[in-house]
Amino acid sequence: MQLTKTSNAKSAVAAPKLKLAGRRTLFMTLIYLLLAAWTVAVVFPMIWSVVNSFKTDRAIFFDPWALPDQIRFDNWERAWTSARIGEFFANTLIVVVPALTLTLLFASMVAYVIACFEFRGRGIVFSVFVAGMMFPIFLGLVPLYLITQDLHLRNSFIGLILVYIAYSLPFTVFFMTGFFRGIPRDFLEVSAVDGANHYQTFFRIMLPMARPGLVSVGIFNFISMWNQYILPTIMIDSAMEGERTKYVLAQGLYYLQAKQQFANDWSGLFAAVTIVMVPTMIVYALFFNRIQGGFAGALKG
Amino acid sequence: MKQGQNRFIISFLIVPLLLYGTFVLAPFAGAFAMSFTRWRGLSRNVSFAGLYNYDKLLHDDVFWTILGNNAKILLTFPIITMAIALFFAALFHQEAIRGATFFRIVFFFPQVISVSIIAILWSYVYHPTVGILNGFFELIHYEPLQRFPWLGDPDTILPCIIVIAIWQAVGFYMVLLIAGMQSIPGELYEAARIDGANSWKLFWRITVPLTWETIRTSIIFMAIGSMDMFAYVQILTKEGGPSHSGDVLARYLYDQAILQSNFSYGATIGVVLLVIVMSLSVISMHLTRRDPLWN
Repeated sequence: MQLTKTSNAKSAVAAPKLKLAGRRTLFMTLIYLLLAAWTVAVVFPMIWSVVNSFKTDRAIFFDPWALPDQIRFDNWERAWTSARIGEFFANTLIVVVPALTLTLLFASMVAYVIACFEFRGRGIVFSVFVAGMMFPIFLGLVPLYLITQDLHLRNSFIGLILVYIAYSLPFTVFFMTGFFRGIPRDFLEVSAVDGANHYQTFFRIMLPMARPGLVSVGIFNFISMWNQYILPTIMIDSAMEGERTKYVLAQGLYYLQAKQQFANDWSGLFAAVTIVMVPTMIVYALFFNRIQGGFAGALKG
Repeated sequence: MKQGQNRFIISFLIVPLLLYGTFVLAPFAGAFAMSFTRWRGLSRNVSFAGLYNYDKLLHDDVFWTILGNNAKILLTFPIITMAIALFFAALFHQEAIRGATFFRIVFFFPQVISVSIIAILWSYVYHPTVGILNGFFELIHYEPLQRFPWLGDPDTILPCIIVIAIWQAVGFYMVLLIAGMQSIPGELYEAARIDGANSWKLFWRITVPLTWETIRTSIIFMAIGSMDMFAYVQILTKEGGPSHSGDVLARYLYDQAILQSNFSYGATIGVVLLVIVMSLSVISMHLTRRDPLWN
């Protein structure tokens, strides 16, 4: 009697707990379903593109949900050569590599001077650069088009490189200024005592010390420059059929997509997108922590 | 020494400032000046026109249609994106989710691929015949939407573009919010849990108030982003869709200035955009300002 009473009391306590646990399981199941749904939404269009890059046009049209019957690379080959992805790829590298290098150098120079020296107008220089982070690129597009035209910098890689640098400076200066401020002043003084001049101090001591910061902001800039769409659209005129073009990748893909409406080479377009997407995927998989940190930092400023 | 130092400072500043001044500052200033001129075509017959362009803009029906589209984007994109991003961020922060790192990596991925790739990927989704969306409806034998032209219908074109923007932005703002949440002391949650608070309460009483600054910055940036959408519209629609139903100001600017050589009119649209962007920043800063007693 006594026993049943206690067990009854126990179950009376346990029942709501059990109910709570059940609700918790239901809640968590729902959560995981939502997470899975968003994962599918993000990944599916990309996988669809990769899978279709191995299929024939016939299969894409008449059997959209089937897997490719064999792994064929002829779509990739066609995209790389006749759809000129290889050419766009080379153009992008020609622009991004110097632009990135010079952005890091120039921004470090400005940031170092702002962070480590007292001079008149220091605050103004800093705010002028930082203000550039707030405004979207397209606001000044029309005058940019005309200015670069007057300077004969349109349709030229050098022009594109200079414009990329100019638009990357605000965030990079902002980021590197914070970084140089964090380096103890003692290093400056020790170097001065050693008889090094300002240039030697910067290039031999400060720049190497800033390497971790340069890597973070460099990866961020690399991805933004690699993906840049609006600036090349303004700076580089449309590609002529059969002529060597100065199109970069993001632009070249648009060109292929627009041409696609007449050419109907779906498998080729899928292959082109895959070729452009996969390197980014690899870079991202390798550096995702740094990349996520860099992008988050870009907005926090 | 002092003189040497000044020379050093100038030598380090001159080239970057020159580049930045020429390609960033001068265009912004130039846009203002140009908006008061009449400048058509490539001939440089520029004449002062006062408020002519602004007057033209006020009476341009297309401009008002497109402004309405931007307003619709502004009212939906930031709110929906923030709701989803905040939900995921709080989930990964407050709860023990298995595979949280994996989800974070995947969700962020759209941020690192080019807008043109995103636009093309989504053109596969929306395509009337070979698209994923219609393929899905075919698979479940849902007849009414067979071969529906998602990007060709004036009622669906804008929502379709907003969906892409949300899809792209959620992961980024999620990561940003998680970074903001990292500074919340864990003891706060423990203490609240001991007091019997459930996840919902933890979210509203601790997570949201203590990440408010990040939420605020995100909203401002999304509001500014609502005024862009250039690449999606340019790549996915034919000149802004049927009677500009999917058009945005940024593309209209490009269309007027670069494609039709209406330079001063394009610059005027740019100035209006700048004013909108600046007012939006100020307004959202005020709207999201937290009363110090709130909490």
